Amino acid sequence: MPSNPFPLSKERLLEVYRTMRTIREFEERLHVDFSRGDIPGFVHLYAGEEATGTGILCHLGDGDRIASTHRGHGHCIAKGVDVGAMMKEIYGKKGGACNGKGGSMHIADLSKGMMGANGILGAGAPLACGAALAAKYRNKGEIAITFVGDGASNQGTFLESLNLAGVWNLPVIFVVENNGYAESTSRDYAVSVDSFVDRAAGFGLPGITVDGTDFFAVYEAAGEIIRRAREGGGPSLLECKTVRFFGHFEGDAQTYRPEGEIENARANIDCLKKFAAQVTSQGVISAAELEAIDKSVLALIEDSVVKAKAAPLPTEADLTTDVYVSY
Amino acid sequence: MSNITPIVMPKWGLSMKEGTVTSWLVTEGTNITVGMPILDVETDKIANAVEAPDAGLLRKIVAHEGELLPVKALLGVMADTDVSDADIDAYIASYVTPAVDEDEADAAPTTLRLDVGDISVRYARRGNAGGTPVLFIHGFGGDLDNWLFNIDAVAEKAEVIALDLPGHGQSTVRLPGTSLADMANFVARFMDAINVPKAHLVGHSMGGAIAAQLAVTQPNRVESLTLIGSAGFGDEINSSYTSGFASAASRKELKPLLEQLFYDPSLVSRQLVDDVLKYKRSDGVEQVLKTLSEALFPGGRQSEKPGLKLGEAGKRVLMLWGSDDKVVPAAHAKNAPKGATVELFDQAGHMVQMEKAGDVNRLLVAHVTA
Amino acid sequence: MARKISIKQAINEAIDQEMTRDPSVIMMGEDIVGGSGSFGEMDAWGGVLGVTKGLYAKHGSRLLDTPLSESAYVGAAVGAAACGMRPIAELMFIDFMGVCFDQIFNQAAKFRYMFGGKAQTPVVIRAMVGAGFRAAAQHSQMLTPLFTHIPGLKVVCPSSAYDAKGLLIQSIRDNDPVIFCEHKNLYAMEGEVPETSYTIPLGEANVVREGKDVSIVTYGLMVHRSLEAAATLAKEGIEVEVVDLRTLSPLDLDTVLDSVTKTGRLVCVDEASPRCNIATDISALVSMHAFSALKAGIEMISPPHCPVPFSPTLEDLYIPGSDRIADAVRKTLQKGKK
Repeated sequence: MPSNPFPLSKERLLEVYRTMRTIREFEERLHVDFSRGDIPGFVHLYAGEEATGTGILCHLGDGDRIASTHRGHGHCIAKGVDVGAMMKEIYGKKGGACNGKGGSMHIADLSKGMMGANGILGAGAPLACGAALAAKYRNKGEIAITFVGDGASNQGTFLESLNLAGVWNLPVIFVVENNGYAESTSRDYAVSVDSFVDRAAGFGLPGITVDGTDFFAVYEAAGEIIRRAREGGGPSLLECKTVRFFGHFEGDAQTYRPEGEIENARANIDCLKKFAAQVTSQGVISAAELEAIDKSVLALIEDSVVKAKAAPLPTEADLTTDVYVSY
Repeated sequence: MSNITPIVMPKWGLSMKEGTVTSWLVTEGTNITVGMPILDVETDKIANAVEAPDAGLLRKIVAHEGELLPVKALLGVMADTDVSDADIDAYIASYVTPAVDEDEADAAPTTLRLDVGDISVRYARRGNAGGTPVLFIHGFGGDLDNWLFNIDAVAEKAEVIALDLPGHGQSTVRLPGTSLADMANFVARFMDAINVPKAHLVGHSMGGAIAAQLAVTQPNRVESLTLIGSAGFGDEINSSYTSGFASAASRKELKPLLEQLFYDPSLVSRQLVDDVLKYKRSDGVEQVLKTLSEALFPGGRQSEKPGLKLGEAGKRVLMLWGSDDKVVPAAHAKNAPKGATVELFDQAGHMVQMEKAGDVNRLLVAHVTA
Repeated sequence: MARKISIKQAINEAIDQEMTRDPSVIMMGEDIVGGSGSFGEMDAWGGVLGVTKGLYAKHGSRLLDTPLSESAYVGAAVGAAACGMRPIAELMFIDFMGVCFDQIFNQAAKFRYMFGGKAQTPVVIRAMVGAGFRAAAQHSQMLTPLFTHIPGLKVVCPSSAYDAKGLLIQSIRDNDPVIFCEHKNLYAMEGEVPETSYTIPLGEANVVREGKDVSIVTYGLMVHRSLEAAATLAKEGIEVEVVDLRTLSPLDLDTVLDSVTKTGRLVCVDEASPRCNIATDISALVSMHAFSALKAGIEMISPPHCPVPFSPTLEDLYIPGSDRIADAVRKTLQKGKK
């Protein structure tokens, strides 16, 4: 039996792989089903960025809160939201995570600390400050995390939140998922600084940049700043450089991306491939064990789609419920 | 002009400053007798008929319908036929409404406050000390304003005290207990606190049952009893009123309930409903009322009937009931103790002391001064 | 015991009592304490008009001065509400809503619905509304219609000290987001207020004056202008009923319809700009639900369709006065069926 050089037990490594694989297969399946016209509205897929969400969120418990983005499926799965309920929601069905009233952009599960994907870019940052403030009053060492893309990092809400978090010394982490594109606009065009760490410094917060496609790099950096936040050390910014395998939304022809960029990313900087290579090369986990997970994940996704398609649609009676607690 | 008797705007209750003449019930030339309803007046609290305090021939109506006038304003003039019209006109022209003395009002606060244990009690005290005072005890959900038409009238003849029971009116929202004994003991402690060893108790509805309870268990504290629409004399009680009153949350729910209290539902003014709503919306009141209602009136039955033991207490008892009482049936008057004086009023509901204030006050004064 | 206090004191007392009763109630806003981080006095301001003065001494760190950063702190209040707190965020002037509106109408208002009924956001956003303070176009607006338009928000605008305390306590205890609009020109108005805590349900209008001839439906400062008009008209023998809506969402349409059914004539008075405001809304609803009860066309009194001006001469012309309201009442009586 070879020794385990990783900071996680074999069981935890298997769990992490299962989470990342679940996100990947969930998004790949949506890509196919959406193009077939099975899914209403629009979806923004997280494939390629799994190591970022997973490497950060595997540090959290249900009492920790996250505020996500429009590209939120990966954050939901990594935070423990039920995949079947997510799929039903994306299909607009009763029994979905939001009973079909939110859809892809608004999946939430407060019981898991998932405060919602969000259709307004940058809106999650103040909400996470509020969650962190609530945690501070509760005084149980809970924290909050908000995700933004490189694009939404330009929003006033995000920058104001960096300041507020610093002023109130909130246990909140600002994660910039830098996939290089704000919709179709390059990060190099739309962001005035070279490094997001400089932006953090502008508000007096510590910042760190990591390779978001390397699970272990993300895991380690996130672990450090999360521990600090839990201990009262205050907020930090974590930039994860990552890659988007699909377009901004499904149906995006992505003509703004250079030829070969996506193929190259899938071949050479696929976070799942990297993770598999790392753990198998050290002999901690066998290829067969990973394949078994792949198989069960595919079955889970297939099952979630079958059940989502079979689930009842909301009825007229559902149209005006849940607007208020009481009215 | 000494033969001219004025009819003036009455002062009902502790806070009335003005009233609107809604309609005259008599015409010029009517021979008015004492106690005759002569006109309807509406205040911000309640509408009611003014009963003639004096007898005489109504010569001239001065206040017209719809007029808003201060307390003691001249409403009409009575005089014998031998007084000339010119003298009457001169009287009216020279009549000056006595100003409401704000200083006097400030010097004598309308209500007082006293801590009895952990409960702060609001109460009113009127009239001259000396002799045995009259203590008014309101009913379930009520307060000392239920004696609006009685306090000042009785205070002319005897010292009068009226309290807000615990959890009621503006006393602390907390109960000393949920049994009649708990409430009666509290009243006794209140009497101790204001140095009243013994009183004529006047109780309305639940307040009647509390008074009866005190007479049975601490007879030395009670001089006489006047029980109005009293609980504690039979099984039935209108549970749609008691439990409905406890839970009613809006004007819409409350108004029809309050209308059940009166023979004439039009007496329930918007202000009356608002005042009750204000009380009911205080933190804890709804719970207090529910607790009390469930303890004393579970499922439309009265759980305690101290009235049935009153015979042993040997007190003088005056029982007054509206024959249209929709809360506690007037039939319970048949269980009055031997020797009690029982009076039933036609065209009166549960709030007899308001609807038949003049008659009630006369009987009450006679009873406590006997 | 009831005693006379101002609306300002009533609001302070409501917050004080709820903070004492419920440890999850916190409050944040610009200068609500005043002096944070300075070397001088803490609680220097207690809010820009002193409404929260004295609360810091009792509740300390549960009152938070914020940076001038409405998006961040209003959003933080919304986020904390979704995580089990009952925050009160003070937005100094409702006009500042422009910089944080997303957090209110896309976030707070929509969580419950978007999340399928699985979230609640018990946040209260207090803000000063209304003209008459010589504060010009960006500090004087009556933006109540904007919020009333948004499903998921409740909108409250008290006109008396008694209502202010009871409605604010209810708003704090309410599990939905509430926009609590305080008219800056009513802060000093006094009224009888019980010392104990009490609530007034949201969605219950109040008939502040009864009358049989014409109904005036209004809220906020205009309640008092309307009462002045009613007093003038009473001398002419016209009995006006004045309905104070108190909450604009939920709306107590029943009380409005009851009143109009009784009088047959309606004047809607609103301090908000005239297009798509509360007056137009009430007029439309009454026309739809009680057309047959109307004896004359409905009158609406609002300011002109222009920003609030600065010059006192112009501002006084801008704000509807009791004379305009009384004229509108007379007009409804002159036209239509007798």
